[in-house]
Amino acid sequence: MYKIVEKKELAPDIYSMDVLAPRVAESAKPGQFVIVIADESGERVPLTICDYDTEKGTVNIVIQAMGCSTKKMVSYNEGEYFKDFVGPLGKPSAYVNEDLEEVKKRKYLFVAGGVGAAPVFPQVRWFHERGIDVDVIVGAKTKELIILEDKIRDVAGNLYIATDDGSYGFNGMVTGLIEDLVVNQGKKYDYCIAIGPMIMMKFVALLTEKLGIKTIVSLNPIMVDGTGMCGACRVTVGNETKFACVDGPEFDGHLVDFDEALKRQAQYKEEEIKKLKKVEEECKLEQQGGVK
Amino acid sequence: MDRFTRVPIAEQDPKVRATNFNEVCLGYTEEEAMAEAKRCLNCKHHPCVGNCPVNIHIPRFIKHIAEGEFEEAAHVLAEYSALPAVCGRVCPQEEQCEKVCVLGMKGDPVSIGKLERFAADWAREHGVEVGKTKEKNGYKVAVIGSGPAGITCAGDLAKEGYDVTIFEALHEPGGVLVYGIPEFRLPKDIVRHEIENLKKLGVKIETNVIIGRTVTIDDLMDKEGFHAVFIGSGAGLPKFMGIPGENLNGVYSANEFLTRNNLMKAYREDYDTPIKVGEKVAVVGGGNVAMDAARTALRLGAEVWVVYRRTEEELPARVEEVHHAKEEGIKFEFLTSPVEILGNEDGWVKGIRCQRMKLGEPDSSGRRRPIPIEGSEFEFDVDTVIMALGTSPNPLIPSTTYGLEINDRGCIITDENGQTSREGVFAGGDAVTGAATVILAMGAGKQAAIGIDKYIKEKYNK
Ligand SMILES: Cc1cc2nc3c(=O)[nH]c(=O)nc-3n(C[C@H](O)[C@H](O)[C@H](O)COP(=O)(O)OP(=O)(O)OC[C@H]3O[C@@H](n4cnc5c(N)ncnc54)[C@H](O)[C@@H]3O)c2cc1C
Ligand SMILES: Cc1cc2nc3c(=O)[nH]c(=O)nc-3n(C[C@H](O)[C@H](O)[C@H](O)COP(=O)(O)OP(=O)(O)OC[C@H]3O[C@@H](n4cnc5c(N)ncnc54)[C@H](O)[C@@H]3O)c2cc1C
Ligand code: SF4
Ligand code: SF4
Ligand code: FES
Repeated sequence: MYKIVEKKELAPDIYSMDVLAPRVAESAKPGQFVIVIADESGERVPLTICDYDTEKGTVNIVIQAMGCSTKKMVSYNEGEYFKDFVGPLGKPSAYVNEDLEEVKKRKYLFVAGGVGAAPVFPQVRWFHERGIDVDVIVGAKTKELIILEDKIRDVAGNLYIATDDGSYGFNGMVTGLIEDLVVNQGKKYDYCIAIGPMIMMKFVALLTEKLGIKTIVSLNPIMVDGTGMCGACRVTVGNETKFACVDGPEFDGHLVDFDEALKRQAQYKEEEIKKLKKVEEECKLEQQGGVK
Repeated sequence: MDRFTRVPIAEQDPKVRATNFNEVCLGYTEEEAMAEAKRCLNCKHHPCVGNCPVNIHIPRFIKHIAEGEFEEAAHVLAEYSALPAVCGRVCPQEEQCEKVCVLGMKGDPVSIGKLERFAADWAREHGVEVGKTKEKNGYKVAVIGSGPAGITCAGDLAKEGYDVTIFEALHEPGGVLVYGIPEFRLPKDIVRHEIENLKKLGVKIETNVIIGRTVTIDDLMDKEGFHAVFIGSGAGLPKFMGIPGENLNGVYSANEFLTRNNLMKAYREDYDTPIKVGEKVAVVGGGNVAMDAARTALRLGAEVWVVYRRTEEELPARVEEVHHAKEEGIKFEFLTSPVEILGNEDGWVKGIRCQRMKLGEPDSSGRRRPIPIEGSEFEFDVDTVIMALGTSPNPLIPSTTYGLEINDRGCIITDENGQTSREGVFAGGDAVTGAATVILAMGAGKQAAIGIDKYIKEKYNK
């Protein structure tokens, strides 16, 4: 059992949780993820490691309540326990194992979409701790969905915000802002690291390919075990089939077959919607004092 | 009953069981078991024993059953095997012990497996305690993986007085016995009981620990003070064919399909993990894994074809499983191999293009090689394809353990004691042999336990 020692609401339906898991905290690196099972009947839900504290033995995750399982998870409170918490899974980000002098020579741009800001934060901090300034774009649908703004601002070189509805920062999507920075403001980047919804990563990769910026994306396909045992997470990268959980989750964004990945992500949509309806139905009945 | 005919065993009716996940075979009653046991000739040279990979003294345990001494029978089994209730159910008996049974020359061989299962079930149901432990000796051993190899190695070492911890990557211990083999062939309560027994012996189990990610073997030995390590991590990496269309929605590895259903209990309404089975399912392959996937899909309501590139004779699955599959209504397309999976515009499977085969000369495995027949391609409509083409060992442990040698198939190399190229690190089961059987994995776990005991005693001058 893994205790939730702290829970915070970051935005509507987006929660941050610190979970006690000393073994995971001890080994975690930027770019890796965990799998969480809420209770006996729960599914294995992959979530990016957003932060870790080896002294306290905690791992921070940020969960966006989307469907059945994530809704169940965010309903847990401080002091309660998740049944299972396993990790760290996947490979750490490539720069972690590269020659620091080489890394220092490059100019990095991070692009975070929605809840993607959470996994971007520890990566940006990793650079900051090594005296490297990186630029960061955080985008969301609207102002209240921008998360971790202050934390990221503290460790980033420049932080730029974009909202689809123009309620805060740049008026438009992150791709519009990248174009503005590079084409209009003449900024130069060697590497772009994009983390967010699959569809956002697809369009960022299309744009950066045109702009000639090497791009890394963090893929989030459907997963079961997360250890290379089932192949549910397979993605096509450069015409080769890869298992995102062990070969990734980070890949060269210009080589990923996003259209296939998007289709694969929707594989269980029908089942999930049915399940969600059923649960909501039961909730209503319960409130009316009907079924237990 | 004459001596040459088996006492029949009760099974769920095929029509009924095709719609549920309860065990197919219901087992012998005490009277039936005694009657079947009495058929055994108690042969002096007992060829059956030599053909059991762990050399269970078969006539000895069967004699006890014949005389109604079921507890004694269980004790005999416990001398040789940690998992008799499992092996009695899933061993390929017809290829092993029963194949050479003297009675088989004239009639039916003794139902050794079913009797083994009977004695083990009886002991479990009657709370018989098997296995005693020696005093703790203060040496720590880490066992990686909780499949049959790990369970056996851990149990044997605990009995010798070692302080044993099992590290398991998944959230439930049991290996293939819980995530792969379905409930209708091996009820999970039986596996859980064996795990409880292990805990009673003092074995600690840490689930959710992936060796190579959460912690490395080097750390276990250098920082956590383990004197030796046993790797029983199995062969869990699924193979795909590399044909066009394999990443379409509706194409699954058997591992994914079975894991969703067995480990994550997707077949039960009250569990959250979804499973999609479609209406028409093609299962590609011919081993036990293919049969399990096919029969699971059938139970979830689909019409199922097994597509296999050789003939019925070469099917690697156990005869009993093929027989059960046919009874339940699984259809077989022999001498057939897929060349492409066809998709619709939304990215879902709509069919499969296959090629007919003929058998040529025997290949290195001794089986006749299938050769494609020119111009024999045809298509058939399915909406789900399950690939059951075999598995290989996961590279995670070798790639994160200093100095651990593997062969060109990714299998860990060991000597006759189960010792790897790394001092103090032993291995066994599917991780060493590639995908094999429960009983072979158990045998390897046993062998390695002896090897580890010897190694620690020699090194620490005990
Ligand atoms: C490596 C990895 C890291 C991830 N990190 C995070 C994280 O840090 N925070 C977070 O909130 N989520 C993260 N996700 C996504 C998260 O796992 C899914 O949102 C979750 O599994 C959905 O489960 P559900 O039952 O609540 O929703 P479902 O009912 O399963 O799905 C609800 C909606 O989300 C879509 N969906 C399903 N699975 C995914 C997926 N894997 N990615 C994106 N959309 C999906 C469905 O198509 C559907 O529209 C990550 C996924 C992966 C693979
Ligand atoms: C569907 C199916 C049906 C089968 N049917 C039969 C049958 O009828 N009869 C028969 O004899 N055999 C059968 N087999 C084969 C048999 O199950 C295997 O040969 C046997 O389980 C191998 O045992 P093992 O202990 O070596 O490995 P496994 O049972 O595979 O167990 C390995 C364990 O190690 C864990 N692990 C892996 N990597 C790590 C890591 N890095 N850190 C921590 N833990 C790790 C895994 O999660 C797993 O729990 C079947 C196999 C399958 C898949
Ligand atoms: S373990 Fe397997 S081979 Fe040995 S006696 Fe039992 S069924 Fe036969
Ligand atoms: S060979 Fe058959 S009859 Fe002879 S001892 Fe073995 S099981 Fe009994
Ligand atoms: S999630 Fe199962 S192989 Fe990647």
